[in-house]
Amino acid sequence: MPNLKDLKNRISSVQSTRKITSAMKMVAASKLRRAQEQAEASGPYAERMGRMLSSLAANVQDSGNGPKLMTGTGADQVHLLVVISSDRGLCGAFNGSIVREAKRQITRLQGEGKTVKLLTVGRKARDQLKREYASLIVESYEDVGRRRLGFSDADMVATKVLSMFDAGEFDVCSVIFNKFKSAISQVVTVQQLIPFAVATEAAEAAGADAKAMYEFEPDEEQILAELLPRNLSIQIYRALLESAASEQGARMTAMDNATRNAGDMINKLTITYNRTRQAYITKELIEIISGAEAL
Amino acid sequence: MADKVEFELVSPEKLLKSQPVDMVVVPGSEGDFGVLAGHSPMISTVRPGVIDVYEGDRVVDRVFVAGGFAEVTEARCTVLAEEAVALTDLDRATVEKQIKDLSEDVDDSKSDAERAAAESKLAVARAKLDALSQSSAH
Repeated sequence: MPNLKDLKNRISSVQSTRKITSAMKMVAASKLRRAQEQAEASGPYAERMGRMLSSLAANVQDSGNGPKLMTGTGADQVHLLVVISSDRGLCGAFNGSIVREAKRQITRLQGEGKTVKLLTVGRKARDQLKREYASLIVESYEDVGRRRLGFSDADMVATKVLSMFDAGEFDVCSVIFNKFKSAISQVVTVQQLIPFAVATEAAEAAGADAKAMYEFEPDEEQILAELLPRNLSIQIYRALLESAASEQGARMTAMDNATRNAGDMINKLTITYNRTRQAYITKELIEIISGAEAL
Repeated sequence: MADKVEFELVSPEKLLKSQPVDMVVVPGSEGDFGVLAGHSPMISTVRPGVIDVYEGDRVVDRVFVAGGFAEVTEARCTVLAEEAVALTDLDRATVEKQIKDLSEDVDDSKSDAERAAAESKLAVARAKLDALSQSSAH
C-alpha cells in the first residue's frame, strides 16, 4: 500500500510544477503577442524592398551581368546552411524539428557530393548539431535578440554571411527556420538566400512596367549592388522574427499541454491519496473491532 | 497646391511615417531631390542626410536617415531607411562623442573590412553632425 506521506509530497510537487508551467505559458503568450507585432511591423519594409528589387532585377537580368549575389558564382559545390533555433528549451518540438530538417539537408547535400558549412543561430541548434557535425560549424551566435530582436542582430549575421561570400567560401546559402503559421503550428522552412531568387512572375510583371516607368539614379546595377546585401539582411531579419514568434507559440502550446497534464496527474494522485486514506481508516477500524470482539 | 504626395518612411523595424505631404526633399546619393505630386517615377539610393517634409512653404518635419533607398512614383514617395531619427531627437554632445569613439575605432581597426565598417559608421555620424549644424544655423 502506498505511503500516505509520499503521495502528499508528490501531489504538492506536481502542483508547484503546474504553477511554473502555467506561468511560463502566460509569459510565452505575452511574448508571442509582442513578437507577432514586431513581425508584422517589418512587413511594409520587406514588401517595398521586394517591389523595388523585382523591378530592378527585371532590368538587369536582360543585360545578363547582374551582381553575383543574384546570379550566383556559377557553381553550387559549397553550401552554407544558416540554422535558426532558440536559446532556450521547453518549447516542444520547436528545436527538434529544425535540427531534424538541418540534418536531412546535410545528408542530402553530402550524398550529392557537396560540401556543407553550417552557421547556427541559437544555442540549441549548435548544441545538437555539434555532436555529429562539429567540424562543419563555421560560426554560431547565441543570445541573439535576447532582450528585443533588433535589425542590428540580423545585420550582424548578414555581414558575416556576406564577408564569407565575398571571400568565396561558399556558393549557395540557405536559411532553415520555423515559419510562424499560428500559435499552435509552425512550419519548418528552407529558403534560399544566395543566389537570390527573385519571384520571376512578379519580376516580369513589374519589369514590363518598370522599364517604361522608372528612372534610376545612379544606374540599375549600382543600386542593385547596394540593394542586394540590404535585402539579405532583411530576409535574415524576417527569418529571425518568424522564428522568434514561432518559438513563443511553440512554448505556449507546450506549456499549455504540460499544465493540463499536471492537472490530470494531480487529479489521479488525489484519488489514490483519498482511497489509500480510506483504506487505512477501514483497516484500523477492523483492527479495533476485531480486538474488541476477541475480549 | 491641391495635389499631395503620399510620403512613406519605412525602417526595417516599422513603418515610421505614412502621410500626405506637399513636398519632400530627399538626400539622393547624386544630389538632393525634391518630390512634388506628379514627379516622374524613379528609384534612387539615399545618402546619410536629412529628409525635409514641406507643408505649404514651411518645413514641418526634418528626419535624419542613415542612408537607404527611395522609390518615387507619381503619387507616392517611399523611403526605405536603414536608420531614421527625428532631427529634434538628436543630441549634439552624443553625436560628437560617437564621432570621437568611431574615429578611434577606425584607427584601431585591424582588418580592411573592420576599417570599412567603422568608416561607414563614422560617415553616418559626421552626416548627423552636419545636419545638426545646419539646423542650428537656420
